[in-house]
Amino acid sequence: MPAPNPDVLRRKAAVLSRLLQVLPEGAVIHDPAETRVYECDALTAYRCPPMLAVLPSTTQEVSEVLRICHEEGVPVVPRGSGTSLAGGALPTADCVILGVARMNEVLETDYDNRFIRVQTGRTNLSVTGAVEEEDFFYAPDPSSQLACAIAGNIAMNSGGAHCLKYGVTTNNLLGVKMVLMDGSVVEIGGAHLDAGGLDLLGLICGSEGQLGVVTEATLRILRKPEGARPVLMGFDDNEVAGECVSDIIKSGILPVAIEFMDTLCIKACENFAHAGYPDCTALLIVEVEGSEAEIDYQLSKITEIAKRHNPVELRESQSAEESAKIWLGRKSAFGAMGQMNDYMCLDGTIPVSSLPEVLRRIGEMSEEYGLPVGNVFHAGDGNMHPLILFDANKPGDLEKCEAFGAEILKLCVDVGGCLTGEHGVGIEKRDLMSHQYTPQDLEAQMAVKDVFDPSWLLNPAKVFPLDASEARRVAQLAAQ
Amino acid sequence: MKPETEAELAELVAGLQQPVRIAGGGTRGVTGPEAMIETSGLTGITLYEPGALTLVAQAGTPVADIEAALEAEGQQLAFEPMDHRGLLGTNGEPTVGGVVATNISGPRRVQAGACRDFLLGVRYVDGMGQVVKNGGRVMKNVTGYDLVKLMAGSWGTLGVLTELSLKVLPKPESTATLIVHVAELTQAIQVMSAALKSPYEVSGAAFDPQDGRVLLRVEGFSDSVAYRIDRLKTVLSGFGEITEASGSAELWRALRDVRPFHGQDGDVWRISVKPTDAPDIEARLNADQTLFDWGGGLIWARAPSGTDIRGNLGRFDGHATLVRGAIETVVSLGHFQPEPTEIKALTQGLRQRFDPRGIFNPGLMG
Repeated sequence: MPAPNPDVLRRKAAVLSRLLQVLPEGAVIHDPAETRVYECDALTAYRCPPMLAVLPSTTQEVSEVLRICHEEGVPVVPRGSGTSLAGGALPTADCVILGVARMNEVLETDYDNRFIRVQTGRTNLSVTGAVEEEDFFYAPDPSSQLACAIAGNIAMNSGGAHCLKYGVTTNNLLGVKMVLMDGSVVEIGGAHLDAGGLDLLGLICGSEGQLGVVTEATLRILRKPEGARPVLMGFDDNEVAGECVSDIIKSGILPVAIEFMDTLCIKACENFAHAGYPDCTALLIVEVEGSEAEIDYQLSKITEIAKRHNPVELRESQSAEESAKIWLGRKSAFGAMGQMNDYMCLDGTIPVSSLPEVLRRIGEMSEEYGLPVGNVFHAGDGNMHPLILFDANKPGDLEKCEAFGAEILKLCVDVGGCLTGEHGVGIEKRDLMSHQYTPQDLEAQMAVKDVFDPSWLLNPAKVFPLDASEARRVAQLAAQ
Repeated sequence: MKPETEAELAELVAGLQQPVRIAGGGTRGVTGPEAMIETSGLTGITLYEPGALTLVAQAGTPVADIEAALEAEGQQLAFEPMDHRGLLGTNGEPTVGGVVATNISGPRRVQAGACRDFLLGVRYVDGMGQVVKNGGRVMKNVTGYDLVKLMAGSWGTLGVLTELSLKVLPKPESTATLIVHVAELTQAIQVMSAALKSPYEVSGAAFDPQDGRVLLRVEGFSDSVAYRIDRLKTVLSGFGEITEASGSAELWRALRDVRPFHGQDGDVWRISVKPTDAPDIEARLNADQTLFDWGGGLIWARAPSGTDIRGNLGRFDGHATLVRGAIETVVSLGHFQPEPTEIKALTQGLRQRFDPRGIFNPGLMG
């Protein structure tokens, strides 16, 4: 991260006293023992306590905080629940962390018009919790959904296992109330579809907290399907498993989820969760939804396709217990790998047709680097999650792991995919952006930030390679 | 001016000395400067992977070509783009670039999403003549800002699209349509809400006040469609007489293209609202004819030439677009709903950076 601005650090007391004028006592955190709580997000390899942290309770308070920080030239790092795997909420020593955790109210639920309006500190799962009594749900389901906040979901355009059918956050976001860095409050979209004018809503979603702080969100809610059931299939060859996925999709069935696991992951999950997984090279879990009869029909078509690819195992769930068991292994994949060693989780996306080639190359690189890799993969949409195992206590291992990870992500881009499918760029992939984008491509994106945050104070050192954003960040310092 | 490659287009834009109108097939009623850049020279499907549900095409590729290629693999553009020719009396061949630039979505938008939700990647030439790409050809991509969404529905004011990457979906094996006969709009909205909040995946919900019929579409595998139609009949039995329509495909194509308005004079407006607000909005419109799609969330209104529909509505949650009107009306009212000051500052700022010389479709979006 860039060096903190000494001028800002020197004015800490003055900034603090101004913030205390607009926020209640307990909403401003300045004691270094307490600001340490905010030193990192879920990318724990990087830590830095912020200068101050604030926990506003209203949009008005957020506006006051941003206005003051804007006037004082203090960088602001917005934070939902701090579950970013990419360092999206990593502080700098001269920043104010703006946490929205206290803003977690449901403001409006409307089943006839199928939306919910919430404050963005509310957790993803508790949005579904608020509409469950009417059998509705909020579709995007990142695996951190118990903890992660809607604010962070919007910032990172979070996905989940079921996005093949339901899309990601941007496809389920109808409107926002957002505070810009100068403290002005804007409202975009609402309960109606397709906000008029330029699609600012689409632009804000996934902008990693660099364009504004979203305090309220209108989200699309859906009626729960009557039921869902998975089928598990094992293959002796990655290529064949990939062909099977492609054939299922081509057949006209749209499963809600198609999950892929490779040998290392299958073994790790089996040892950890005893899900009854077969000993094979590639495992697929395919889930479909509907009434009992609809599920039966779709699963029969899927198993018919799978049989053409000579599976070593084909197990259609017959009960809720069996379904839970099939999912148990997959859902404990990260925990299972974590038990084996420290791991780094990647998030590149590839065209599904490149799967066999990419897995083969990852295997070769794993040998070269001497670090094992397990692969779990949202196969329907090409979103890979290679988990590289390393030993954080072994000098040089983290650096080796990061270099290996960067090679894998570059490979994802080279086969026609991208660096990140759902975790975001943050600081983790910031400096790889030049591999995917030309200077003109990056310039077009940075021009957007120029419009929303001309002083480059909101989460400034993220997303763009530091050398690419340097001129803008330096200009901001010089302007003070 | 009709460049045949992206490089040729970029060079042409860099050398432009005057504002231009951007046109694909010229079917969407965009007015503007005399000088025109046509993208219909940039054609061809460059990649189509049915097993990955992705298709990449040059911006000037006719929609018909894309639909034919998809049809051959049993797939489709799920957002069901409207054909504007009948409503606007335009000729020419609708292009995929035009569909994306105007973010045109049909009846299935209420369930499957809008055009922008199916757009995975773009390449475009900005106002300085630079080629920019954003997004890609994979379904999950959060690498950097999402300029893909920004370009969809920007009506050519931020750049000239050259290549698009789209998510496609399987074409349903079977389609059925229920007709619920209702007395008035409020009841129609209740029927559509009840259907859309059921678990039976209704993929179209529309109402034509002229014949008092609510149309509800169900798509999928044959047995599943039969089952869901049956369940919907039970759920909706209290609302009025229910019959089943024949010729579903034609019914929904007519709705998609607003066929009841074809050949009728006057201005045509498109108003996006919260569905349950529709009856109140309709009462304030003073329109000659209306048609309701998206469960009531989309109101098509035909009004005497020059009617200020936005003036009639006053303050409301949503937006009203003038789709067809005499040139004087377009000049005085504008196609698009005026934006609040803070939003206008943002959109003007974006336009200023993407097209600093203000040469692409100037004034079209305000």
